[in-house]
Amino acid sequence: MEFKIANKAKTLTLSLMVVGVLFTALGVISNMSDHHIVTRVLGSSLVSAFFFFSIGLGALFFLALQYATETGWYATVKRLIEGIAGFLPYGIGLLVLIFGVITLLDGAHIYGWMDPEVTDPSSHHYDEIIDGKSFYLNKTFFWIRTIVYLAVYYVFWQGFRKRSLEEDKVGGTELHFRNYRKGALFLVFFAVFSSTSSWDWLMSIDVHWFSTLFGWYVFAGMWCSSMVVIVLLALYLKKQGYLPKVNESHIHDIGKWTFATSFLWSYLWFSQYMLIWYANIPEETTYYIARIENFQVLYFTMFIINFAFPMLLLMSRDAKRHAGILTLVGLIILAGHWADVYIMISAGTLGANAHIGLLEIGMALLLAGAFIRIVLVNLTKAPLTPVNHPFLDESIHHDI
Amino acid sequence: MADKVIYAMYDDDDVLKDGAKKLVSKGVKVTEVFSPFPIHGIDPIIGIENTRLGIMAFIYGLTGLTLATLGMRYFMIVDWPMNIGGKPNFSYLENILSFVPISFEFTVLCAAHGMAITYFLRNKTLPGMPAQNPDPRTTDDRFVIELRTSENSQFTAKELEAMIKDTGIVELDQKDVA
Repeated sequence: MEFKIANKAKTLTLSLMVVGVLFTALGVISNMSDHHIVTRVLGSSLVSAFFFFSIGLGALFFLALQYATETGWYATVKRLIEGIAGFLPYGIGLLVLIFGVITLLDGAHIYGWMDPEVTDPSSHHYDEIIDGKSFYLNKTFFWIRTIVYLAVYYVFWQGFRKRSLEEDKVGGTELHFRNYRKGALFLVFFAVFSSTSSWDWLMSIDVHWFSTLFGWYVFAGMWCSSMVVIVLLALYLKKQGYLPKVNESHIHDIGKWTFATSFLWSYLWFSQYMLIWYANIPEETTYYIARIENFQVLYFTMFIINFAFPMLLLMSRDAKRHAGILTLVGLIILAGHWADVYIMISAGTLGANAHIGLLEIGMALLLAGAFIRIVLVNLTKAPLTPVNHPFLDESIHHDI
Repeated sequence: MADKVIYAMYDDDDVLKDGAKKLVSKGVKVTEVFSPFPIHGIDPIIGIENTRLGIMAFIYGLTGLTLATLGMRYFMIVDWPMNIGGKPNFSYLENILSFVPISFEFTVLCAAHGMAITYFLRNKTLPGMPAQNPDPRTTDDRFVIELRTSENSQFTAKELEAMIKDTGIVELDQKDVA
């Protein structure tokens, strides 16, 4: 069935973007005299750009996972996952733009290690610890890594999409087995890159601090957000009368993924927190001191929301089949994970001077509008149900 | 009138499912189905309610969480306060982070074991219990529908048998029960 964007959705996404631009502009104008303004604008764009980029990347990872495990049930919702992963090229563009501006401004107090003074022994800003890390954290190597990550993600995305559309025309199992191999290969790349890219893009903001668990924590957050977006999109399309083949069992399964990935995220958040709390080594605790001193309420509220809401509200079987509960929990934890990324970045860039104002909200709304619009446009470009997926029949009869 | 149990045997789960659908649509009450593996979608056809095992799992989990909390509070705070890594040893709440992993493990342990034991008890399949299935072949490659004449008093045994024979069975058996 061909998907057409409803006028309501067009108006909604457009107004989200307009309000976003308005809020951002107001936020910039009202804080013009603040000397943190450049850091704040770049920081808040990084927050929202990374958040929506990671939703697209999470969807691509999930797609590759389904290919590599030769899963059957997901065939009827495959185009939704592809539609969300289709934000990736735009997300990549945004990140490259933001990283580019930050690099030109020598870090703009976001990536402190980009400032040439901190690695210059004659400067009074010289920082021995950063200098010791400069073989890895320097502009050239940062860009080499960033381009490799993004290029690999992009190439795999293009390949998956091309084969998916080709499969609609030719069918058979040859493409299926190619997807199987490429999916497994992508998971290998992703396993390394999801960790190292979060060190480069997010962990290096708190440049003196490190945690080997950080990559998985960021990855769990992105996976959870992607599952929420997939379930919300499926519920929306079903309500519009599309996807007649998607039944309660599919919704239940995506609901389970949301539940499980929320737990994964909470588990990793807690593991990182508890180990650092227990060992109580000053060079490790600085990370949490910065977050607890300046973001105490938001930080712990965010954790409790992202952990307790899905746990208590999505625990029962009926709740995972109930559109209202799924939508409510989904929207709340989506906001929760945005706050997670916000604190991850802002506590290291602005610290005590950070607060969520018009600027941050505007940037989030602007990108949310653009994200929804791009995902919906992607959905119009291919039949909503794959035509020749080898597991389509199994998926249609999915029953749990 | 003595109660009679009728066993209809099939050699395919899909044939059984279609047969059960046909019987139920004629107003026959199917008491039980025996199968070597779970048959997807048979529960709603023969009118079996959703399992309440999940609710029990939640209760067992809460029990485990409570026991772990009470136990650790007694062992580590009240009875013999331990100084580990210089953390305060007179308050449970200030040390709650270090107790979380054990609380979690014990919650899972109680929920999993409680569920498994409840499942065995409810199905009367604890190790060593006599088998409940009417024919040993239902643990291999045969599928059996069980009907009772007392639950289908609107039909005679003859009528029931005629209806069952219509559904592609491979064997028909009956037994008198008191």
